[in-house]
Amino acid sequence: MTFGRGLRALSIASAVLITGAFALVFFYAPNDADQGFIQKIFYVHVPLAIVALCGFVAGGIYGIRHLRSGDRADDLRSYVAIHISLVLAVGVLITGSIWARAAWGHWWVWDEPTLVSFLIVFLLYACYQPLRFSIEDPERQARYASVFAIVAGAFVPLNFMAVRMAESLTHPRVLSTTGGSMPGEMRLTFLVALAGMGCLFVTLWKYELASKSASIQLRSLKRRLAGDDGLAPLTRSAAPQQL
Amino acid sequence: MRATVSALIRKDLRLERRSFESVPAMLMFSVSTFVLFHFGLDRGSLEGDLAAGVLWVTVLLASVLGMNRLFVAEQEQGGFDGFLMAPVDRTALFVAKAVVLFCFLVAVELVAVPAFVILLLEPGPGQALPELLAVLLLADAGIAVVGTLVGALGVQTRARDLIVPLIALPLLVPVVIAAAEASSPLFAAGGADPFPGRWLLVLALYDAVFGLLAYAVFDFLLEE
Repeated sequence: MTFGRGLRALSIASAVLITGAFALVFFYAPNDADQGFIQKIFYVHVPLAIVALCGFVAGGIYGIRHLRSGDRADDLRSYVAIHISLVLAVGVLITGSIWARAAWGHWWVWDEPTLVSFLIVFLLYACYQPLRFSIEDPERQARYASVFAIVAGAFVPLNFMAVRMAESLTHPRVLSTTGGSMPGEMRLTFLVALAGMGCLFVTLWKYELASKSASIQLRSLKRRLAGDDGLAPLTRSAAPQQL
Repeated sequence: MRATVSALIRKDLRLERRSFESVPAMLMFSVSTFVLFHFGLDRGSLEGDLAAGVLWVTVLLASVLGMNRLFVAEQEQGGFDGFLMAPVDRTALFVAKAVVLFCFLVAVELVAVPAFVILLLEPGPGQALPELLAVLLLADAGIAVVGTLVGALGVQTRARDLIVPLIALPLLVPVVIAAAEASSPLFAAGGADPFPGRWLLVLALYDAVFGLLAYAVFDFLLEE
């Protein structure tokens, strides 16, 4: 199982893209007419949110693949995708809060559908690790985690629809107006930032996969050398420990 | 399939009739929560969106009690093993359990909703009863489907009582939104607000999506 292939190129690409995106944000994109400088947090906040949501859905897709094939590597992929998306989601909530404070004067605004639905999705996925942790049998842990990932992945779009219907539309509708009112400089900067964030996600995902699978393989090699007695027993963990 | 489902449903309903494990507890919980809301909000009567919110949060929390207990007999007394050894379709268990949870919810609401009307609601639903029934039934179907899935997911874990509500509550947020939005004009004092039918559509869509999804993945929760 080699997860490390292409990691160097990916790392360089994400470093270049992220640096380039920040350069564009600070020196190229114009200040927003209404909100001024603070609007630039948008180039971090929105790509983070999009990448995190895509990561959650990708976790669901790998969950389907795991249930269909029984391949434990797919469970590992699903786990790592959701794990990294959760970390990004914390960043989304924090940057969103800062932006809300600067733009509307409150840390948290309930009549703002995107923020609220993101919080609900975050709360749901925050249960992913406790669920895994509370199942001891590794095979069952992988199966149940995949079921959860599929259901939660399907829940993401449905939840956004329901919340958006319920609330008034005060959140800046940036994505729906990408072709329309966003000026060219802003759009270019946004697209570079989005590409950089996506690249960063894939890079982190592959690093984590490579590290996890390396330690799993190391363990099985040690077992072959020393036998079961020579190994410290596995501690309970939310992460997959076998391939 | 139909014979299996009906046998399983009859088994569960008989079990409930003899042991009274779920429905009375859910009912007591609902009524106590109404009393708590009365003191917590310090209001003699509720109307409109506040009434809808109190009703739906209470129904949802009460339903979590039912979800927690739904598969306990199977888990503790070997019902899963017996079912897996029988030459029947495994999704039959899902259908039967969802129907049973739906019946429990209807049974609870038959008493809890009148209690809510008497204790807190002012004015009563009056003309709007058919619409309220439609909202209740559609929301119950959604809660039953998701609750069965989450109950089956949680019963095999070490921390069942924690996992079930933690997963079920965020998953059911769309149901609360749609049901509360649909029923708040029914509870409004003026009574003249138009009934927002699109929320029924959202509930039906939710039921359909999660019904199909749970039907598709439930098998994997049973394999040994």
